[in-house]
Amino acid sequence: MAFITANWNPLGEAFYRKIELYEMGWSLRDGLKECLVAAAPYGGPIALLRQPQRPSSSARPQLEIYSSSGANMASFPWKSGPVRQLGWTVCDDLLCIQEDGTVLIYDLFGAFKRHFSMGNEVVQNQVLEAKVFHSPYGTGVAIVTGASRFTLATNIDDLKLRRLPEVPGLQGAPSCWVVLTQDRQTKVLLANGVDLYILDNTSCTPVVRQTQTTYSLLCLIILALSPLTVCVFQTPPGLSPQACSIVNMAVSFSYKYLALFTDSGHLWMGSANLKDKLSEVDTKVRTPPKQMVWCRRPKSQQPSVVIMWDRLLLVAGECTDTIQYTLDEESVCVAELDGVRIIGGSRHELLQEVPSACQDIFKIASMAPGALLLEAHKEYEKSSQKADEYLREIKEQSVLGEAVRQCVEAAGYEHEPETQKTLLRAASFGKCFLSNYPPEPFVSMCRDLKVLNSVREYTVGIPLTHTQYKQMTVQVLIDRLVYRKLYPLAIEICRYLKTPEYQGVSRVLKHWACCKVQQKEEPDESIAHAVSVKLGEAAGISYSEIAARAYECGRTELAIKLLEFEPRSGEQVPLLLKMKRSQLALSKAIESGDTDLVYTVVTYLKNEMNRGDFFMTLRNQPVALSLYRQFCKHQEQDTLKDLFNQDDDHQELGNFYVKASYKEKKLEARLSLLQSAVDEYNKAKNEFAAKATEEEMKLLRFQRRLDEEKGEALLGLSLQETLHALLTSNFHKQAEQLYRDFRVPDKRYWWLKLTALAEKDDWEEMEKFAKSKKSPIGYLPFVEVCVKQHNKYEAKKYVSKVTPEQKVKAHLAIGDLEGAAEAAIERRSEGEISTVLSRCSPTTDRALLERLNRARSTAAKK
Amino acid sequence: MAHSVRRDAPELPDFSLLKRLARDQLIYLLEQLPGRKDLFIEADLMSPLDRIANVTTLKQHDVDKLYKVEHKPIVSTSDQMVRGCFLYPLTNWFLFPDVVNADKYYVILSVYFDISYSYFDVTTDEWSFYLLPLDDDIISLELPEFFRDYFLEGDQRWVRTAGSALHLLHSVYGPFSKVYGIGRCSKMAYESWREQVEEGEQRARQAEIGNVFLIDRDVDLVTPLCSQVVYEGLVDDIFRIKCGCVEFCPDVTSSDKSIKVMLNSQDKVFNEIRNEHFSQVFGFLSQKARNLQTAYDKRSGMNIKQMKTFVSEELKGLKQEHRLLSLHIGASESMMKKKTKQDFQELLKTEHSLLEGFEIRECISYIEEHINRQVSMVESMRLLCLLSLTENGLLPKDYRSLKAQFLQSYGIEHLLTFSNLKQLGLLVEQQPGETLTVMESRVGKLVNDKTAGKLTDAFSSLAKKSNFRALGRRLNLVPKSDEEYDLRVPRDMAYIFSGAYIPLSCKLIEQVLERDGWTGLEEVTRMLNGHEFAVTAGSNGSDARVKTDSQRIILVMFLGGCTFSEISALRFLGREKGIKFIVVTTAITNSARLLESMLDNHA
Repeated sequence: MAFITANWNPLGEAFYRKIELYEMGWSLRDGLKECLVAAAPYGGPIALLRQPQRPSSSARPQLEIYSSSGANMASFPWKSGPVRQLGWTVCDDLLCIQEDGTVLIYDLFGAFKRHFSMGNEVVQNQVLEAKVFHSPYGTGVAIVTGASRFTLATNIDDLKLRRLPEVPGLQGAPSCWVVLTQDRQTKVLLANGVDLYILDNTSCTPVVRQTQTTYSLLCLIILALSPLTVCVFQTPPGLSPQACSIVNMAVSFSYKYLALFTDSGHLWMGSANLKDKLSEVDTKVRTPPKQMVWCRRPKSQQPSVVIMWDRLLLVAGECTDTIQYTLDEESVCVAELDGVRIIGGSRHELLQEVPSACQDIFKIASMAPGALLLEAHKEYEKSSQKADEYLREIKEQSVLGEAVRQCVEAAGYEHEPETQKTLLRAASFGKCFLSNYPPEPFVSMCRDLKVLNSVREYTVGIPLTHTQYKQMTVQVLIDRLVYRKLYPLAIEICRYLKTPEYQGVSRVLKHWACCKVQQKEEPDESIAHAVSVKLGEAAGISYSEIAARAYECGRTELAIKLLEFEPRSGEQVPLLLKMKRSQLALSKAIESGDTDLVYTVVTYLKNEMNRGDFFMTLRNQPVALSLYRQFCKHQEQDTLKDLFNQDDDHQELGNFYVKASYKEKKLEARLSLLQSAVDEYNKAKNEFAAKATEEEMKLLRFQRRLDEEKGEALLGLSLQETLHALLTSNFHKQAEQLYRDFRVPDKRYWWLKLTALAEKDDWEEMEKFAKSKKSPIGYLPFVEVCVKQHNKYEAKKYVSKVTPEQKVKAHLAIGDLEGAAEAAIERRSEGEISTVLSRCSPTTDRALLERLNRARSTAAKK
Repeated sequence: MAHSVRRDAPELPDFSLLKRLARDQLIYLLEQLPGRKDLFIEADLMSPLDRIANVTTLKQHDVDKLYKVEHKPIVSTSDQMVRGCFLYPLTNWFLFPDVVNADKYYVILSVYFDISYSYFDVTTDEWSFYLLPLDDDIISLELPEFFRDYFLEGDQRWVRTAGSALHLLHSVYGPFSKVYGIGRCSKMAYESWREQVEEGEQRARQAEIGNVFLIDRDVDLVTPLCSQVVYEGLVDDIFRIKCGCVEFCPDVTSSDKSIKVMLNSQDKVFNEIRNEHFSQVFGFLSQKARNLQTAYDKRSGMNIKQMKTFVSEELKGLKQEHRLLSLHIGASESMMKKKTKQDFQELLKTEHSLLEGFEIRECISYIEEHINRQVSMVESMRLLCLLSLTENGLLPKDYRSLKAQFLQSYGIEHLLTFSNLKQLGLLVEQQPGETLTVMESRVGKLVNDKTAGKLTDAFSSLAKKSNFRALGRRLNLVPKSDEEYDLRVPRDMAYIFSGAYIPLSCKLIEQVLERDGWTGLEEVTRMLNGHEFAVTAGSNGSDARVKTDSQRIILVMFLGGCTFSEISALRFLGREKGIKFIVVTTAITNSARLLESMLDNHA
């Protein structure tokens, strides 16, 4: 404990500490020499591409992937082209950028996933340099080619290559460059000797550097007076023009800050938009550094940059002093959110600014509340009464709450579990003397640390800091564990943190199952069984996704087995289609009850199968068949015909032809369609329909003949309408003929003729007609029709012919009350007399009324 | 009908929420599309849209003009760039094979182009709008095509929509504790709903609707084919109510303009007469007119102050009532003119004889005369169907001769209509028992066992017997005709058909609710082709027993449409039992709509 500050180095106001994370588990003969190294941030994996020992044409380089603790995860000889750069994506995939612009993607375990190219132009010109960068859009790749042109891809998962404009005067690679993400735009900042340019999508803007000495002098004077003056020039403010050539640059983790290193050994630090200067330090080292990275933390006290040379590591901040460490082996720096990790051949270290909470507590002779509380707790453990003294001191200043907070916070920043425990115990001790201190921060810190310690474990090898963990969230951490196939740990963490099943355990299990199905040596049966047993009770598992993965690995049978477990049949359909199990897909779609899905499958089948098979398939699935029929009715009439043909559905075929005949304008075509309909109806043994259709044809021919002869427009009318038209136009003979030919029932014909004659007021003809023979509809209709045409005179003629039963009605129809009364009384029908009575008005003859009433009562008595 | 009203009927839930949901979503979608735009909509969608968001609302959200979709080039008066939003009902789903999702009802197709057509940007969005509250207790899915698509064409794409509608109601007004149903479609809709419930998350809340009853239209095809004689039904039969709105023609309004009137419970006069038998309406209206007159007459004896309060408080209400009253009197008069004529009485008489199974020969000759005289085609067809349904099919001789006469009268194209009617079982030929089984077994042999079930289902309409007589006896649907039925004091639901017939659909609902299930109705369900179910959906069984208000609110969903008469009957039943019915239907139907949907439009 006493040595906690042993590795602290002061830099201005702040302290920096370098702690050892791991002793590397790898055994590299030459350390990191002659290696292409890429280490992912957030304690990610490390990839090494080791050049062969003896440069010969046959020897191949070796690609190795290690965890942060140096545990080997994959190792294989590199068989593709020469690699320019390695890099990691946000989802822990390894990018290998080759000289010819091809980017190969491998997973953590060295399995090849896919590849893409940075453009055709690159193949010829070769990639000179490449950088992998991260932005809110994902992982991007930037390259500069032999033709000195930059190409960018902002997100490799949604590949859109952008070729940036030409940089004037640039030959070969620039002296140094970085990718910046600003204002939702990705730009390249590059230095070519003395010149600085900003490249964006459309233009290449040179950063103006003052060449006139007067200005520079003036500038220098101003700067000498106040180093932080905001300069109006666009050039990096305060960058002395003498120290002109920029040899290295670094952008901070958040893209907010930029550091430039000049060949004069000066380090300029400022904002990434080149507007503000933070500081300028003369490092007095003139050799270009090997690597330069920012070392900041959120809320840090001062910005600083870590510069690495072959044997020297230098931390430079705002003040003129620097911290220098000697390096005894070849190392690589990895910028982190809150520090810099230094990976060497044997050690893995973290260099960071000491957080203020830790500083307050552990600084020698610190009197901060947290420090006092820690001291009090120490005394308490020793059962010394001094504990009380310390506590009292804190309480007197009433800063106990603050003390607890400091201890909790500091515990989060400490790497050693022992230190964490001491701090947390002190916090817990202090909490006892506080009545209403909220427990959440303490509890969640304990939880977080438990999770962090378990992933920092040597075998897991993810050296996350608390700050990084909060930034990356639990979900992402779980993902990373899953990528590393550390399923049990991931599930434990989910359960421990009580993550909802959908996001937690179920997700892990799904990944596990997806991995499980790729185990080629195990038989389908046992995998399917294992998966179902493990996943059985977990909520929200999508078996179709797992099955899809199995299919991708070429295990169709397994995929089908797994799909069986999928409870939602709709989910199974797309994969079944992909696997060409279309029949099964169709029945599953129907099972799901989702007609859109059925329709999707049907359209798919239609394109996949030949007609006959397609129709046969549909035939066994009435739901799909009727759906397809609906489609055909709207879109493909001819297909509909084929469909009926296939089924030998003659009835429907007949209907189809009849329907088609209405759309046909030409009579001949229409008749032939109807003839086809007749044939089909005959085949369907539907004699009635066949006959009706034949009659329709006959009628059409008749109408045409008459239209031609007499100039009538009859075509298309129904039989009734035709007759009516003929009768009203005095073609009685033709009407008679139709009447006979079509065996129109007498009643109908009489009604028809009657109304037609009345409508054209042909009373003479009507009388003739009435006398022609006995009316099959009686004579009451004659009366009614006449009355309807307001011809009472004619109506009267027929009243006498009406049957006795209808006499009353007939009389009433012509408004002859007396006649009606006579008839009613004669028939002695109570109902009829009442009807007549109801039609009587006060003006009716008294005598008649009396007679009626009398007759009614006698009739009623009976 | 005041005698047996139970006064403790529960309050209905507020369905305007559904409207608000639909409107908010539409507005949200429109606002997603930047700039001013013109809205193009199908003619059919005009009235429903108006109920959801009227022109003023749309204009407030950057809609410039509303157009009906016509197949003509679009000329817009807006500036250079035009954004046209096409609102398509998914009935035209073939247009959008990629975006099809029957769950969602409408597609907003936004087309953004400049005047020279050189730039196009087409995006599609989906507007899920499937429930339109027509009144306090009527919700419509506005799917008139449902009946034909499902029952005739066997197209099941609307089943899921029905399930989703149920799901929406469940999530807003549920959880439902008990679900009853009858019919194949009902069962599928129920299953689709259950699936959606299982997929989604459950929220525990106070239920506003307790029980649900699902019924297929083809369970009872007789009722919608009868002439309606309840005021609201009659208005629908004669003037056709569209989306809760009717257009009264000039001879009703006694002016030279026709007027569009909203018919719902907001209309006080209408609300009082909508469920009344037509013969009672006139008396009621004249009484109302007299009351109104007295209210106006009060003025004569008033001093200035009283007059002032009268003008400010009562006059407006009276004026409003006056206007409505005169409209309804006009409508009744016009209906009277049409309906009290001799032939209407005879028509009703024939219908009643058919329902009672009495003097069938006379009925047939009446129908024959009807056809011969070329009275309206739909009416003739309606009578034919009614005859076939009540008589379990026509004798082959009658079937042929009536069909032949019908074709001669109304044209050969009805050959197709007859084929449709036959398929649906609306108009069939009596088959000697043997032939039917032979055919069934033939079908059975054709295919293997599994599909045989499905096929027989598909063909079931062929074999479907309506069994109306037996059902009528069993459920006592046709009251004895010798008793005089007092229409002023209805004693049962038969009053909606002048006391001649209790609608089968409503009787079933009554029976099932009374028995809390289908026990004791086995014979009935067998005659109705089965597919009945009763499920206790709520997991908390103890709660279900408590007779809360929500338990007495019952949602009845008609798949394939229902008539206003049935709604009136249910309202009557509700008043008797102290419960409230909410009717959800795929569309409001009547005999004309039902039969017109059977025609094969070859235009």
